[in-house]
Amino acid sequence: MQNDTPADAAVIEMSKVSTRFGDHVVHTDVDLEVRRAEIFALIGGSGSGKSTLLREMILLHRPNSGSIRVLGVDLQKLGDDEADDESLALRQRWGVMFQHGGLFGSLTVKENVGLPLREHTALDDVLIDEIAAWKLSMTGLKPEVGAQYPSELSGGMMKRASLARAMALDPELLFLDEPTAGLDPESAGEVDQLVLKLRDLFGLTIVMITHDLDLLWQVADRVAVLADGRMQATGTMSELSKMDNPAIRKFFDGPRGRAAQEQEQEQEQKQEKPQGKVQTSNEFGRPSSKPK
Amino acid sequence: MEAACLPEVMRKGRTLTVKEFCALAYILDERIHLVSSSSMNTIALIPAAINQPTPEELALSGSWTARGIGTIGARLDAVSASASLIVDGARIESLDTAGAWVLQKLLRRLRGEGSHVEMRDLPPEFSKLLDVVEQQAADQTDTPPLASAAPSKLESLGRNAVAAYEQAMALLSFVGECALAFAGCIAHPARFRWRPILFNIRSAGWDALPIVGLLSFLLGIVVAYQGADQLRQYGANIFVADLVGLSMLREFAPLITAIIIAGRSGSAYAAQIGTMSVTEEIDAMRTLGIAPLDMLVLPKIIALLIALPLLTVFADVLGVLGGMIMARAQLAVSFGEFLDRFVKAVSITAYLIGICKAPVFAVIIAVIGCFQGFRTKGGADSVGRQTTRSVVQATFLVIVADALFSVAFSALDL
Ligand SMILES: Nc1ncnc2c1ncn2[C@@H]1O[C@H](COP(=O)(O)OP(=O)(O)OP(=O)(O)O)[C@@H](O)[C@H]1O
Ligand SMILES: [Mg+2]
Repeated sequence: MQNDTPADAAVIEMSKVSTRFGDHVVHTDVDLEVRRAEIFALIGGSGSGKSTLLREMILLHRPNSGSIRVLGVDLQKLGDDEADDESLALRQRWGVMFQHGGLFGSLTVKENVGLPLREHTALDDVLIDEIAAWKLSMTGLKPEVGAQYPSELSGGMMKRASLARAMALDPELLFLDEPTAGLDPESAGEVDQLVLKLRDLFGLTIVMITHDLDLLWQVADRVAVLADGRMQATGTMSELSKMDNPAIRKFFDGPRGRAAQEQEQEQEQKQEKPQGKVQTSNEFGRPSSKPK
Repeated sequence: MEAACLPEVMRKGRTLTVKEFCALAYILDERIHLVSSSSMNTIALIPAAINQPTPEELALSGSWTARGIGTIGARLDAVSASASLIVDGARIESLDTAGAWVLQKLLRRLRGEGSHVEMRDLPPEFSKLLDVVEQQAADQTDTPPLASAAPSKLESLGRNAVAAYEQAMALLSFVGECALAFAGCIAHPARFRWRPILFNIRSAGWDALPIVGLLSFLLGIVVAYQGADQLRQYGANIFVADLVGLSMLREFAPLITAIIIAGRSGSAYAAQIGTMSVTEEIDAMRTLGIAPLDMLVLPKIIALLIALPLLTVFADVLGVLGGMIMARAQLAVSFGEFLDRFVKAVSITAYLIGICKAPVFAVIIAVIGCFQGFRTKGGADSVGRQTTRSVVQATFLVIVADALFSVAFSALDL
């Protein structure tokens, strides 16, 4: 019984994780820690292995070496069996929004969202439909969308529906792969707000992969930079913006990087940051998830 | 709300393994105030419950979570309204969005029936969630639910008829487009794409040799075997050559070959084109200025036009070989005698009649396969459906065409 885990132990801990596909090395000795109720962002160039790292956290891919603990469970010790009770229980404690949606084409959007409830609870169908409709509207989709099939949706709508499905079972941990890619600026802003709201309301821990600089500046508590197969640095955006590492500078020195940074600084001056990023504590009186 | 996120193991209501308990202890360390210590001992799911001790009081307890509320709906409906109601939420152990939804539905109904409802002792994080849900529910009730009654028998019959008609017209126009594209290619032979044609000849023709050969060989054996008994009774053993020769060459070899290819290549065509249209590859092809018909359909049709007759010849040979072997084993007709009789019994016309069906079958298979592929709409599901359709329709049409051939040939006295 190792009940000695400290109160604000990490929700996800990866240490010395290495991954190869054939002789193509994707990660070497990646260390990472995600704390409770924080919004953690993973950034890096295309093909730097972000999605692969995410897949390793959610039991879809096994690293070649290293150890991963998620929600206190050592993933290495879980059996390979998809359906064993332990991994099944663990899988129901997180929700995943995939880069390309991953909605089931043969079900309507509402059925997609209701599927986890139908599978794992004894709720009646009417109630499931109502809850599904609610989750859909929470992500900003119109009620009519529920009756459509995923193939009839735009890319952005698909993202939202996928997010609604990820939240169906009220998970403790939410993984988002590129939540704002393919969304118009307004919808992307709504996703920013939604992510914050989820964290504040439910005390969710959110791990997201993103290239969206606004999302990074406005929403993420901590950001990890993956490049050349290694974790280059982890910290708040403003901490990262002061580093000299060329792999990190790329994110800040481009014209887009500068614009987002300036916008953030303007906002900071204007309102002394009442909300969002610099939060000293959330509803539960928990110490802020911000790193010291 | 914290407890809303209580781990699965707790909600399932079974005893815990050590590992699960460790995981649980870790999750609970900060949430323990939400779970009474007695429930820690019996770590089991306490289902949501509702009591109305007096008409003015409602006591809620247990886990109001997706797993905990189960089928509480009936009991909620039984709760009666009264002028003023006090709802005691102190003993609610956990609340998640599903539970909050059910709860606010109840409150809304009671308020609608004229009760003054007051929540008491609800932990603050629960009441916050309840507020969010109420807000949302208020927004949502404005939009009426979509009415979609199940169609009546007559209506679905009508719809199916229209769909079948539309499909038939679409097939005809697809055939027309293919014919036009083919004519265009004949006018400008440079438009023929030889590489995909050769590739398709290999995959639909050469690669199918073993299965076609094996099946027609077995068919030849069966035909000879079935005939052997009857012929022996009349001492007409040698006529086994007539039987096997005519039936294989005229009917069985072309038909079995076409059916195998419909299952093997027709389905592959539908699946390939269907997947390509799902992943927008067909649209990409159009925008790049490549006509999908030229690139995907014509090579397949041409390849099958070449491959299927050749496969039929191969099936003829192996079918007759099978018959010959059976004739020797069962009827003591030697290979030499068999072939002697075969040459006399089977005219060149019979052979050609068999072969000339093959190109027709080839066109049917390739066109149906590609047509169904292009009709794929939506996702993976649709690919599967169209593939099935392509095989069923191609097989059906091949047999219908064969029947028409028989009618035509008998009218022509062939
Ligand atoms: N199943 C696989 N087999 C072989 N190589 C793979 C596989 N999956 C990923 N890779 C390789 O691993 C590397 C990382 O891929 P990954 O999808 O994790 O990138 P990413 O960081 O998510 O990129 P993006 O931002 O474009 O989504 C890539 O070089 C990719 O080619
Ligand atoms: Mg990716």
